[in-house]
Amino acid sequence: MTKVITDVICPFCGTLCDDIEVTVSDDGKKLLEVANACVIGTEKFLHSQSSDRVMKPRLRQDDGSWKEISYEDAADYTAKLLAKAKKPLMYGWSSTNCEAQSVGNEIAEIAKACCDNTAAVCHGTTLIAVQDIGLPTCTLGEVKNRADRVIFWGCNPAHAHPRHMSRYSIFPRGFFTGKGQMSRKLVVVDPRCTDTAKMADMHLQVEQGRDYELLNALRIALKGEWLPDVVAGIPSEKIREAADTLKSGRFGIIFFGMGVTQSLSKNHNIDEAIALTKDLNEYTKYSIMPMRGHYNVTGSGEVFAWQFGFPYSVDLTRGFARYNPGDTSSIDLLARGEVDAMFTIGSDPGAHFPISAVKAIANVDSVCIDPHLTPTSGVSKLHVPVAFNGVECGGNCYRMDNVPIDCRKVVEPPQGMITDEAFLIMVRDRLKKLKGVA
Amino acid sequence: MANSISVNLISGRTIQQGVAIESGKEKPSYRTACGIIEMDSTDLKKLGAWKNTNVKVTTDYGSVIVKAVEATQGPHPGVAFIPMGPWANSVVSDNTYSTGMPTFKGTPAKVEIAMNEPVLLGIELVQKQCGVKVG
Ligand code: SF4
Repeated sequence: MTKVITDVICPFCGTLCDDIEVTVSDDGKKLLEVANACVIGTEKFLHSQSSDRVMKPRLRQDDGSWKEISYEDAADYTAKLLAKAKKPLMYGWSSTNCEAQSVGNEIAEIAKACCDNTAAVCHGTTLIAVQDIGLPTCTLGEVKNRADRVIFWGCNPAHAHPRHMSRYSIFPRGFFTGKGQMSRKLVVVDPRCTDTAKMADMHLQVEQGRDYELLNALRIALKGEWLPDVVAGIPSEKIREAADTLKSGRFGIIFFGMGVTQSLSKNHNIDEAIALTKDLNEYTKYSIMPMRGHYNVTGSGEVFAWQFGFPYSVDLTRGFARYNPGDTSSIDLLARGEVDAMFTIGSDPGAHFPISAVKAIANVDSVCIDPHLTPTSGVSKLHVPVAFNGVECGGNCYRMDNVPIDCRKVVEPPQGMITDEAFLIMVRDRLKKLKGVA
Repeated sequence: MANSISVNLISGRTIQQGVAIESGKEKPSYRTACGIIEMDSTDLKKLGAWKNTNVKVTTDYGSVIVKAVEATQGPHPGVAFIPMGPWANSVVSDNTYSTGMPTFKGTPAKVEIAMNEPVLLGIELVQKQCGVKVG
């Protein structure tokens, strides 16, 4: 007999779908089927079952080969590495739960480390903009029930958050949006004709990197003032038409993604998008929300913020928390060659940092805590595989709209494997001893 | 037809990239999903490349071999797209202009045909560039 577990949370993207159904074997050791998740979510659950999984910590030897070691030895190695380093960087945290993040912060304080999460390469610039001018936002439930104008700016949920549109933003029939998709107008701004753009009522194919100009032009069009004939590749009539569409709704939401956070104007793009939201509130109700990527990157920002006061790029090397992106941020620290030990958990900077920063990781002593084989584990000295978070252990995580949700454990991890939280506790206790902290 | 063409390079997620990273970055499926450059059909014509030809992408920050495929989310003449991952990041600048965030989107790049050069696997590509000894 098999068992079906309902209302499971998918731990892949910030949408955190909470309606997944997972079929497991009677003894709870095998995960057999996944229903309701998108293809990425399904793969996330099923990959935990693959037979070629690495089950034991491995230390790289001088000849480049791996030697299997115990979790105890791995924790010793990690604690010593952090105790010895002058400026260790503890990076990642987005694919683990808030409980583990909190233990990580304790370690960071004792080790006087720099700590950062994957916002460094996704919505870090958003966080800067939010500190600049605030964020009029809402929850995804409000979007589902109220939004009749939906703008996707520089994001492509059809690929990056596949069920976002069906659960919250476009298709669902909500309290005030009873006709589902028919009740909403979808505007997409993207330099490519993405699969999201193909569904839009209006697609503004902005010239790549000219989002700031277009956002600014929309603000001008709202006020009915003069515009040049073409702004950012879009004719002024179309900008005015878009402004009228935005204005005419009862409740609008601007979702934005990497298209604006990672192109040259960065946080200034977001400043302008938030200012547009503010302007639109003169006519009707508007909110704005970043499309957070990793399932618990939002949670990592929350835990950093309530323990250190800042959401990412925190430097504890002086014994208190400092925050100054550009100075205390991971890629800058690595590029300047300041990091002398690298600790990665629940993320893959090896694949997602510019290669020059990855080279700096490969040059120092390093540990990578991740159930997968990744480019980061490939350049690290120690690889510690752990249980899959959200599949083989539960824990708290935050959805992209800052709603905390408890993930569920659906299967047992393979025998002998521990969770990242358990491993972090082992490291913390050893580090305390080494540093003589009570 | 030219020996090389200039494009504006961007990167980002695709659903195939999402599936591939979850099914294992050590596998060839990761290379199939992300070791590619999506180019507009007019740009492929300008370059004189068939679809699925290996090309060398060079910027001020590095170069990488990827497979040129026709854009699936086009048209976007002049813009080329490499899905996020180590191939895209082999040619991206680490300058964050004091924001902490590199400019992953909008790198001027040169694309030339490199028919006989192989596209490396993801982990292999990073290890090779970092000079990691593999046993
Ligand atoms: S949309 Fe995101 S959270 Fe939902 S099933 Fe897909 S990957 Fe998982």
